[in-house]
Amino acid sequence: MIAALFFYLFAGILVASAFMVIASKNPVHSVLYLILAFVNASGLFVMMGAEFLAMILVVVYVGAVAVLFLFVVMMLDVDFAELKRGVLQYLPVGLLLGGIFLAELLLVVGAWVIGPGVPAAITAPIPAGITNTEAIGLVLYTRYVFFFQISGMILLVAMIGAIVLTLRHKERVKRQDISVQNARTPEMSMHVVKVRQGQGLGSNTASSNTPGSAS
Amino acid sequence: MEFFWTYLWPLIVILAQSVLLLVILLVAIAYILLADRKIWAAVQLRRGPNVVGPFGLFQSFADLLKFMVKEPVIPAGANKGVFLLAPLITCVLALAAWAVIPVNLGWAIAEINVGVLYIFAVSSLMVYGVIMAGWASNSKYPFLAALRSAAQMVSYEVSIGFVIITVLLCAGSLNLTAIVEAQNGPYGIFSWYWLPLFPMFIVFFISALAETNRPPFDLVEAESELVAGFMVEYGSSPYMMFMLGEYVAIATMCAMGTILFLGGWLPPVPYAPFTWVPGVVWFVLKAFFLFFGFAMVKAIVPRYRYDQLMRLGWKVFLPLSLAMVVIVAGVLQYGHLATAAMK
Repeated sequence: MIAALFFYLFAGILVASAFMVIASKNPVHSVLYLILAFVNASGLFVMMGAEFLAMILVVVYVGAVAVLFLFVVMMLDVDFAELKRGVLQYLPVGLLLGGIFLAELLLVVGAWVIGPGVPAAITAPIPAGITNTEAIGLVLYTRYVFFFQISGMILLVAMIGAIVLTLRHKERVKRQDISVQNARTPEMSMHVVKVRQGQGLGSNTASSNTPGSAS
Repeated sequence: MEFFWTYLWPLIVILAQSVLLLVILLVAIAYILLADRKIWAAVQLRRGPNVVGPFGLFQSFADLLKFMVKEPVIPAGANKGVFLLAPLITCVLALAAWAVIPVNLGWAIAEINVGVLYIFAVSSLMVYGVIMAGWASNSKYPFLAALRSAAQMVSYEVSIGFVIITVLLCAGSLNLTAIVEAQNGPYGIFSWYWLPLFPMFIVFFISALAETNRPPFDLVEAESELVAGFMVEYGSSPYMMFMLGEYVAIATMCAMGTILFLGGWLPPVPYAPFTWVPGVVWFVLKAFFLFFGFAMVKAIVPRYRYDQLMRLGWKVFLPLSLAMVVIVAGVLQYGHLATAAMK
């Protein structure tokens, strides 16, 4: 009973905040509602016993991805009232996409209802008596190792691509070389001058027009 | 009646435990704050707070009263909801991390399988308090400071993550109690992970300083140059919540260091007179030892420049911790081959 109560609590907040993501006027509020949706989704994962997935969802999506979203949305000065003006124009396309998505979801759920044994047959069974972190590790690095590696490679290529596209080698930019800075000694960067009283720097240095030498 | 014993009674027990933990934690924070100021003062040959109560022991409570009775000022252009939500988020998340920290064998409110990940997740959410505060203030200085400190917190989280992974590889569990128990060896203090993972202990300590915005990485505040960073528009109770959250986060990091590297509640010498002492005493002593390190660093080390801070995080700690993950995993997987070859 308590489990059902919490399920409806998390699910209700999740759906409501997901709706607010597209409904709220301020884009920063949208991202904050998105974060709330992520956190509630991780609550649902915990209720299903997938605690590792729940925590990873929070660490990766909320802790890193949504921070970047928030950065971008705060930095860009987007006039959302201007964007909202054309919303009727794009409404059919949005409805079409939503309809396709809904149909796909219904197909997935329908398949689940018609053949309950199918997901169990095509997925790896969960061994009894180990935590789900270990269970994920056991299949991820054995049965799905190539998929895992390929997805890692795709991310790496995307990262390298982003760096290549944005990297500019500017001439005449002063750069700091930390090892050179650390290798500097007092002898290299300063010299000690002994100043005699009443004579100033004039008698010690070669130049004659230093202020102290006039008198 | 059955409903009471299955549902309500556990709820009451958990609530009572949580309240007890919060009260102890907040009193401890009050004295940690005082200790911080006293240590800092002692290094600079000052007396520190010594007026309120004997040796200034009630200073933190006087400060609390002062913050409570001040008028909270909300800037006219601020986004009020988010402005007030930001300190609450900082404070609540910092306190929430303590739900899973075991201060003695079985003394955790929630003994969950992924305790380390939970703390890591909660501390990665702390950045939202900073960003929201900076944005909602609707002023350019807090906003720039928020961007700066959010970038800092995100970058040092990466190296903390890898440090945690090395410990997890050694312990073979994500459960905090299991991590401490994995350090329970015949050599006492030398069985704890600070010795085999010594470079990681140092990386963790420095990253914890940066993650909690402590000096020498306190560019978030940098009171001599940048006023108060992202919380420049805050005063009275909302400001106090930021400060409370910050100090609770520091205490959390000290507790994490204790659990991951200093053997949690285990006695340093596993023999008779030391094993009689309750584990919670050892835990508090070790955590305070780490906090003393935090306070001494604050007193001794000059502040980092921002580019140096970023360089340290991304170009020094990240490769170092990544290499250590590979090395530790290699030693654990193939170490027995080396010992077999020697025989």
